[in-house]
Amino acid sequence: MRIFDPHIHMTSRTTDDYERMAAAGVRALVEPAFWLGQPRTSAASFVDYFDSLIGWEPFRAGQFGVRHFATIALNPKEANDPRCRPVLDLLPRYLDKDAVVAVGEIGYDSMTPEEDEAFAAQLALAVAYDLPALVHTPHRDKARGCERTLAVVAESGIDAGRVVVDHLNEVTVKLVRDSGCWLGFSIYPDTKMTPERMVELLREYGTERMLVNSAADWGRSDPLLTRATGEAMLLAGFSDDDVDRVLWRNPVEFYGQSGRLDLSDLDVAEKVDPQTGNSILRGGS
Amino acid sequence: MTPDSLRAALRGVPDPDWLDAALRQVVAEPTAITRLFPAVGRRCGRAALPDAPGWTADDAARVLLLTSLPGEHATYAESLYRHGDAAERRAVLRALPLLPIGAAGVPLLQDAIRTNDTRLVGAALGPYARHLDPAAWRQAVLKCVFSGVPLAVVADLETRADGELAAMLAALAAERHAAGRELPADATDLLDRLTAALPREA
Repeated sequence: MRIFDPHIHMTSRTTDDYERMAAAGVRALVEPAFWLGQPRTSAASFVDYFDSLIGWEPFRAGQFGVRHFATIALNPKEANDPRCRPVLDLLPRYLDKDAVVAVGEIGYDSMTPEEDEAFAAQLALAVAYDLPALVHTPHRDKARGCERTLAVVAESGIDAGRVVVDHLNEVTVKLVRDSGCWLGFSIYPDTKMTPERMVELLREYGTERMLVNSAADWGRSDPLLTRATGEAMLLAGFSDDDVDRVLWRNPVEFYGQSGRLDLSDLDVAEKVDPQTGNSILRGGS
Repeated sequence: MTPDSLRAALRGVPDPDWLDAALRQVVAEPTAITRLFPAVGRRCGRAALPDAPGWTADDAARVLLLTSLPGEHATYAESLYRHGDAAERRAVLRALPLLPIGAAGVPLLQDAIRTNDTRLVGAALGPYARHLDPAAWRQAVLKCVFSGVPLAVVADLETRADGELAAMLAALAAERHAAGRELPADATDLLDRLTAALPREA
């Protein structure tokens, strides 16, 4: 099973996680810029964070054979802090970088006028820099937040096929599917989405435009839930090819729209068991 | 390696016209380098250059962009390094010995040596490291040994390695032996050579 985690905050994870992820089949990932739990107090603090996302963190990932990409943005939560707003002026130089494959995470947290403004400005940057956009949906008031998110996306003029709307669930899936945007699902130990519920959504809505991520960060989360979802899909009767589409080909197709997703020299060929013709699951299981 | 030999080695890159145009643009409009520099890997590729051993296409093309600037080399080197990703920073470090900037780039070397990114530490120990004072240079060489960077990347190693470096290597070797570990073979060889060449102290 080859896995591309399209949303995971490795800055908050340890080398043990990298080791376990590599053993489970994770070969590439995207780390979106977000908040760090502790609110930041200046734009300079973001410079160090962004530099880490395109410097130290890819180096760390590389030690475990994992290819690391990033998305860069001022997140919705900190867009509300006037001390952090100057981050918007720093973004252009990061959006030119090789491993920056989208603008994100942008979107809404509390749906304030400040968030409106930062969201629209950053969708415009995505268009200007010819990059896809990763859009976070609010954890509170999610359904209305999702509707408003889609309206802002439509108004921005960005192609819906270049936008992923993330952290979806049973309530918001249909809305986003009908919009033409990609659908992101964050599989969590006990909150956002579980592997079993994800399998049900894949049964109902199919595998097209569906992205499964662990969104693992500094909160209670698990970087191996992408793999667990793949296994739950197989148990439920999905084929190896379905799993490969959801866990590898879909994220490659979505972020590949940046023109910057360099997966060369990465060991990602599917190995097939000559006896059975089935793909061999990596990671010793 | 000279800019001319890098230029010759880059003839086979995937998009040679882009590189030609970028080099002309930097001459006419130096500020353009700010956006050209990060795009190099995507346009010229990152493959090793057969005609320039030890060089990749992106490193070589970025070095050429810097050497093509009509002036203010130190200012641009500093800004491109500070605002660069790891690959851009590595290229700036490799360009330093080819730029007319004297010792102005030393703070960039010091920054690179402070990191734990072996690509940057290695790139900082090229010919430009002649501007590092002996204490900083020895610490950097020791850091290479400690973090597994091959000593082949260290310029002027044979002429600069001294008794003090030998003492530091010997202490590291003793620490490793106490833990049942070995020094990398290239470091053991260097220590042997230094020990053989130095007069024994009583």
